[in-house]
Amino acid sequence: MIELAAVNKTYRMGGQPLHALRDINLNIGAGEYLSVMGPSGSGKSTLLNMIGLLDRPDSGSYRLNGTATEALAEEKRAAMRRDNIGFIFQSFQLVNRLTAFENVELPMVLAGQKRGVRRQAVNEVLDILGIADRRHHRPGQMSGGQLQRVAIARAIVMKPRVLLADEPTGNLDQASGEEVIKALEDLNREGITLLVVTHDLALGRRARRRIRMVDGAISGDDRNESGRSTAL
Amino acid sequence: MNPGDQLRFNWQVFRGQWTRTLMLVVAVAIGVAAVILLTSLGEGARRYISAEFASLGNRLLIVFPGRNETTGGAPPVYGVAPRDLTLEDARALARVPAVRDMAPIIAGTTVVSRQRLSREVLTIGTTPGFFSVRRIDVGRGRILPEASHQEALAVCILGAHLKKELFGSERAVGEWVRVGERRVRVVGVLRDEGESLGMDMNDMVIIPVRTAEQLFDSPKLFRVLLELQEGADTETVTERLRAVVRERHEGEDDVTIVSQDSLLAAFDNILTTVTLAISAIAAISLLVAGILIMNISLISVSQRRREIGLLKAVGASRRQVRQLFLGEAFLLVALGSVLGIAVAVAGVVLMRELWPAFPLMPPWWAAPAAVITAVLSGLVFSWLPASRAARLDPVLALRGNIP
Ligand SMILES: Nc1ncnc2c1ncn2[C@@H]1O[C@H](COP(=O)(O)OP(=O)(O)OP(=O)(O)O)[C@@H](O)[C@H]1O
Ligand SMILES: [Mg+2]
Repeated sequence: MIELAAVNKTYRMGGQPLHALRDINLNIGAGEYLSVMGPSGSGKSTLLNMIGLLDRPDSGSYRLNGTATEALAEEKRAAMRRDNIGFIFQSFQLVNRLTAFENVELPMVLAGQKRGVRRQAVNEVLDILGIADRRHHRPGQMSGGQLQRVAIARAIVMKPRVLLADEPTGNLDQASGEEVIKALEDLNREGITLLVVTHDLALGRRARRRIRMVDGAISGDDRNESGRSTAL
Repeated sequence: MNPGDQLRFNWQVFRGQWTRTLMLVVAVAIGVAAVILLTSLGEGARRYISAEFASLGNRLLIVFPGRNETTGGAPPVYGVAPRDLTLEDARALARVPAVRDMAPIIAGTTVVSRQRLSREVLTIGTTPGFFSVRRIDVGRGRILPEASHQEALAVCILGAHLKKELFGSERAVGEWVRVGERRVRVVGVLRDEGESLGMDMNDMVIIPVRTAEQLFDSPKLFRVLLELQEGADTETVTERLRAVVRERHEGEDDVTIVSQDSLLAAFDNILTTVTLAISAIAAISLLVAGILIMNISLISVSQRRREIGLLKAVGASRRQVRQLFLGEAFLLVALGSVLGIAVAVAGVVLMRELWPAFPLMPPWWAAPAAVITAVLSGLVFSWLPASRAARLDPVLALRGNIP
C-alpha cells in the first residue's frame, strides 16, 4: 500500500546541499509493523514526513494505495493525509487551549463531519485508549503518558490505514512508554499499518520488520516473526 | 469545516487571548463609532441649515451690490466703480409687482451706551419689512415705525441680551440710549431667539435705515432682502429686478441676486461634501485598526506555528488554514462593528439630550458604510498573515524552527 521508488530529498543549508534521503526504495504492505532506527540526522523523520505527505520528494515516486502522490495538488494531498494517515509526535503536539475531547475531535472538525458522528467516534477512541475520564481536561492537566494517548486517539479517530509515530516514547518514562507502545501494538493487531521511529533498541526490536537508516539511505531491512534482529 | 465549528474554533482562540482580542475589538469599534458619529454631525449640520432656511419662508431673494464674477455676465468694465445700492434703488425694487415685502439693510458696528455701560454691537439699519421678512418679533414694545423709510427717527430696538447688559431687569422701553453719537429712544426689545443663520440676534441693535445712513455717513446698502408673493417665479422676478437696476444704473445691472433656494442648494452641496470628507477621515481610523489587526495577526501566526503545522498534519489544507485566520479577523471586525454601532447610537442619543436644538442624525448609509469599510480593511490586512500561515511548511512548523 506504500510504495517508495528511488525517492531523493536534498535540503540546502547555506551553500552545502544535504542529502536527507538517498534513493529510497521501500514497499510496505497493509497491516505491517515496522520500526525505523538509525543515528541522529540519518533521515528517519524526513522519511516519515514523506510517507505522511507532509513533504514532497525531489525525485522518485511515491504511491499510496496505488495513487501517485507526487503530481497531486496541495489540497488533494491534505485530504489524502486526513483520510489515510495518523501522525504521532515525540512532543505530542496538542493544542493547549482545547480539551482532550476537542483535540481528538480536531481532524473530524476539519473534515466537516457532523457533531453527533464526532461525539460517538471521539468517545469510542478515548475509551479504547483508557482516557475517557480525562476528556474534559486540558493538556496542562495531564501526564505525559496521558498526553501521548490523547495524541494517539487523535491520530486514529479518522480510522486511518497508516499510523506514523516519530519517537512516540521519547518524552516518556519507562512505564508510560510501555503503555503507549502497547496501545499502538493493539491498534496494529486490529489491522492498522504501524511505523515507529525510535532510538530505543528494545522498542525497535519489538517490530516484525526493522528498517535501519544511515546517512539518508536504507542500510538494513529485516523481517522476522519472532522479533529478533539478524542485522544488528 | 462547518461555519459553526469554525466560529467555535475562532472563539476559543479569542478566549485564550482576551486582552489582545479586546484591544482589537475596541480599535475597530472606535473606527466604526467615529465614522457614524462624525457623519451624524455633518448630516445634523445639513438638516440644521435646511431648517433655518425653511423658517425664513422659501420665497426670499437677497440683492447684493456689485456683480459676483462667478455668476457670469459681462466682466466689469475697467475703471468704472460699481454703483452703490441705495435705499431709493431698494424702494424701486419693492415696486416690482411680485415683491410682497422688502427690507433694506445697512450694517455696521457701533458702540451702544447707557450711563457708564457701553457695548460694541452689530447695528442694523432697516425698515419694518425686516421683521416680517426675517420672521422675528419684539418681546416688548413695538417694531420700527413705518416712517423709518423717510425719516432719521431717533428710535431703536435692542437685542434681548444687549438689553439685559445695559438695563439689567429694569424696564428699557421708553428709555434713552446712545447709538454712536446719537441719542435714541428704545421702542422695543427683541424676543430672545438665539442665533439665526449665524447672526446673533440677541446682541444687536436695530435702527431706522435713514438713521443708519446718517450714523455711518453713507447711503450704501449692505444688501436688500425681498420676499416674493406666493407662486411667483424666481427666474422672471429676478429678470424684472435686473431691469429695474439697469434703468436706474445707466444700463448696468451691477447687483448680485441670490435666491434662497440656490443658497440652500449651495449649502446643501457644501455640507454633503463636508460630511463625506469627514467620514473619509474617520475611515482612516478603520485603516489603522486594519493595520493593527495585520501586525497582531502576524505575531499570532509566528506564535502559533506549531499549531498550524499540527493542523496541516491532521489534514487541514492551505485553504482551510487561510480561512481560519481570515475568519478570526472577520469575527474581530464583526464584534467591533456591533460594539461601535452601540457606542455611536448611545452617543447620538446622549448628544440629542444635551443639544435638543441640533438635529443630530446618522445618515442611512453611515452604519453600512462604516461596517463595510471595517470588514474590507480587516480582510485585506489579515490576508497577508493568513496567507503566511497557509504557506507555512508543516515539517518546519512542527519542529518549531524559525526559518
Ligand atoms: N527543512 C530542512 N532544512 C534543512 N535541513 C533539514 C531540514 N529537515 C531536515 N534537515 C536535515 O536533514 C537531515 C535528516 O533530518 P531528520 O530530521 O530526518 O533526521 P532524523 O533521523 O529524524 O534525526 P533525529 O534522530 O535527530 O530526529 C538532518 O541532517 C537535518 O538537519
Ligand atoms: Mg527525527
